[in-house]
Amino acid sequence: MVGITAYGAYVPFYRLSKEAIAKAWDGFAPPGEKAVANFDEDSITMAVEAAIDCIGGLDRGIIDALFFASTTAPYKEKQAAALAAFALDLRRDIVTQDYANSLRAGTAAMRSAIDAVKAGSAGRVLVTASDCRLGAPQSTLEQNLGDGAAALMIGDSGVAVSIEGSYSIANEFIDLWRLENDRFVRSWEERFIMTQGYEKVLPEAVLGAMKKYDLTPKDFAKVIFYAPDARSHTRMAARLGFDPRTQLQDPLFDVMGNTGAAFPLMMLVAALEEAKPGDRLLLASYGDGSDVLVLQATEEIAKVKPRRGMKGHLASKSMLRSYEKYVLFRRLMPVEPARRPEAYSAAPTIWRDAKSLLALNGSKCKSCSRVQYPVARICPYCGSKDEFDYARLSDKKGKIVSFNEDFVATTIDPPNMMTQVDFDGGGRIQCAMTDRVVEDVKVDMPVEMTLRRIHDGRDILNYTWKPRPIR
Amino acid sequence: MGSIKDQVAIIGMGLSKFGENWESSSDDMIIEATYEAYEDAGIGPKDIQAAFVGTIFSGVTAACVTEPLKLDYLPVTRVENNCASGLEALRVASFSIACGMYDNALVVGFEKLKDCGYSSLPNPSQDSLHPLFGSGVTGPGSFALAATRYFHKYGISMDDGKRTLAKIAVKNHHNGSFHPKAMYQREVTLEAVINAPPIAWPLGLFDCCPTTDGAAAAILTRADLAKSFRDDYVLVKGLGLSVGRINPWTGKCREDVELTFWVETDIAAKQAYDQAGVKDPRKEISMAEVHDCFTITELINYESLGFAPVGKGKEDVDAGTFTLEGQLPVNTDGGLKAFGHPIGASGIRMACECYKQLQGKAGRRQVKNPTLGLAHSQGGIPGAFEGSVAIFGARD
Repeated sequence: MVGITAYGAYVPFYRLSKEAIAKAWDGFAPPGEKAVANFDEDSITMAVEAAIDCIGGLDRGIIDALFFASTTAPYKEKQAAALAAFALDLRRDIVTQDYANSLRAGTAAMRSAIDAVKAGSAGRVLVTASDCRLGAPQSTLEQNLGDGAAALMIGDSGVAVSIEGSYSIANEFIDLWRLENDRFVRSWEERFIMTQGYEKVLPEAVLGAMKKYDLTPKDFAKVIFYAPDARSHTRMAARLGFDPRTQLQDPLFDVMGNTGAAFPLMMLVAALEEAKPGDRLLLASYGDGSDVLVLQATEEIAKVKPRRGMKGHLASKSMLRSYEKYVLFRRLMPVEPARRPEAYSAAPTIWRDAKSLLALNGSKCKSCSRVQYPVARICPYCGSKDEFDYARLSDKKGKIVSFNEDFVATTIDPPNMMTQVDFDGGGRIQCAMTDRVVEDVKVDMPVEMTLRRIHDGRDILNYTWKPRPIR
Repeated sequence: MGSIKDQVAIIGMGLSKFGENWESSSDDMIIEATYEAYEDAGIGPKDIQAAFVGTIFSGVTAACVTEPLKLDYLPVTRVENNCASGLEALRVASFSIACGMYDNALVVGFEKLKDCGYSSLPNPSQDSLHPLFGSGVTGPGSFALAATRYFHKYGISMDDGKRTLAKIAVKNHHNGSFHPKAMYQREVTLEAVINAPPIAWPLGLFDCCPTTDGAAAAILTRADLAKSFRDDYVLVKGLGLSVGRINPWTGKCREDVELTFWVETDIAAKQAYDQAGVKDPRKEISMAEVHDCFTITELINYESLGFAPVGKGKEDVDAGTFTLEGQLPVNTDGGLKAFGHPIGASGIRMACECYKQLQGKAGRRQVKNPTLGLAHSQGGIPGAFEGSVAIFGARD
């Protein structure tokens, strides 16, 4: 039996009310809010968050592959999966692959992970799907799109959700697209893309899948399917023959938004959090066709718990004060540059220090057992040289030793709150806090670590970890 | 470890104007300070046997002083020890004389910070920076960490804490108003300091020293030769230096670093006290120039230098112990607060204030009958200090 053995998700801390967006444009406000990635987040950082949510306390050494899916991978040429795998402290001898370019990328990765395990070329595959898409200012997409990520562990033992079947359609169609240098998602006229695209193709795929496996809507506890917005979601449910009162997985448009390639997997995670053994689920993505998966929860479903999942992440939030904050976070407008030296980087330096910077490992001295961050060849406590084990600190909690509100340091979202944090188990780190409510930060506050993109000095992406209040 | 006591004397000192010296280059300030020192000592450039220059950002080889001063073919060394660069130049100059190699030496410290266009310090050589460790670390930010921790540790409310820091700023601006070379010569009120815009909370605008250009110079000679230049020469009584062993500037921290007590300054001070024969600094030091890049820096240094018991600095601030009229006047010339901090110049500017005080030439700032003056420079941030202490004394 092959299927999902663990699952997780990630919704960014910040939300922007649809009202704030409408107010900026003197427009109409649909209800609710959307999830907005912080200025230091991107599809890689969110994928790593979702992966950690999924992995929990599992031994990371058993993961044989990482498939990264996104339409907004930050490098256009350079693999995101390899970077994420290093940040997650996975083995070196694993298969890393990027899935890109389509809203179906998440389910595509899922399909391939299932095939890999079935074929015996991997025992455990970690699939991440994350997206950070931008709708043009003043557009409907700006109201509808949200940021987020999900992660699934696919394996053949301890399966909590078995894969009963799959069915896919390839459909060449121009509805949404971006070219090489486009920041904003483009779309053709809605009347065309809905009537000739979504409203034809999704039913073709879902009905085709049910026909293939001789199933009807009544056989499913929940149906989870992509839709561009709330209204089309409701119409499609009726079209497909599912009961809107009992069978629809909430598409979360009013609390999160359409999260692109991550969307089907995030809604799946939400469904799995409520699923009971024996529940049959139908999952359908859409984009250049459709991937449909027929899933069934097993007896193991109750044993699998993400660290926070969709529920926990949705409940932990802070509203952005204004539309302008969103403009700043997404760098939508040029602003006056700070009168500060430019950010600097060097590839050899960040490569040499990657174990400390990217994987957040410190060194644990074999002589005196003290932990030091970053990795130190000479133990600062007992002086022994080159006698240490690596100590992963990314999954450790810590306490704030001290903090400030620095209005001089360059940051998109002032003040920069520099902190020193003592890790549980040893080691002290100094770095800026993220996802913080300024007034709430206190000495001794407990924190956890999160991977973030610090700056793009010398036109390369520079990632390391920051503390944040425990969500 | 040996002692420098009574082996080296200062016979001349000079200062440039400290401020935003748009019309002065580094060369201009070096000339201004050095020639004032020559005149004070009654000597000329041809009399100098060696020179030492302290600077961190503003000059990369010894030519940064040999060229403007036209010092031909002398042994000249550029030294750097962060904010202690000025005292470091004075320190190694003293050793070069005490070992018998030279009869005298010129010491220059300078910095030109205002040309870079940033409202903060420039970077050292870009290629020596790390891309990520230390990203976002700033001077005010690092001392703000010390302030937050200090208030937390000693149970001081934020209001009381900010008020205590403000008293230090008010004192230093008051003192600076009596010095014609200070950048700021106006008083400030307690309210203005407390309500000033935040720089790195809890530090506000007036808790921070300004970014400044300046230069200072000293002429040192062998103690036994000093009286042939002047009667009121000043003796070097002790020199201490201690450099920290972790570097938060580059993101590296140790769990056992106490943000609220600065071991490097403690060690350097004890070295200097030991050489000078000082047993009770609070009683025996007549006046002190204490590194005050931020108000919290001065507060914690009262304790780290042994002037106030650990954790009790606030009581002395409230009692006025360190004002001009108090038991141990600190920063009688206004300190970094009123002069700014042209990094290489500051330590020598401090030595100059000790020198003038010991000679009885400090005018409205004069303390009564001084016998020992202390100059303290402190480079870096908590955990990574270069603590440097010099003690000067009047001749017997």
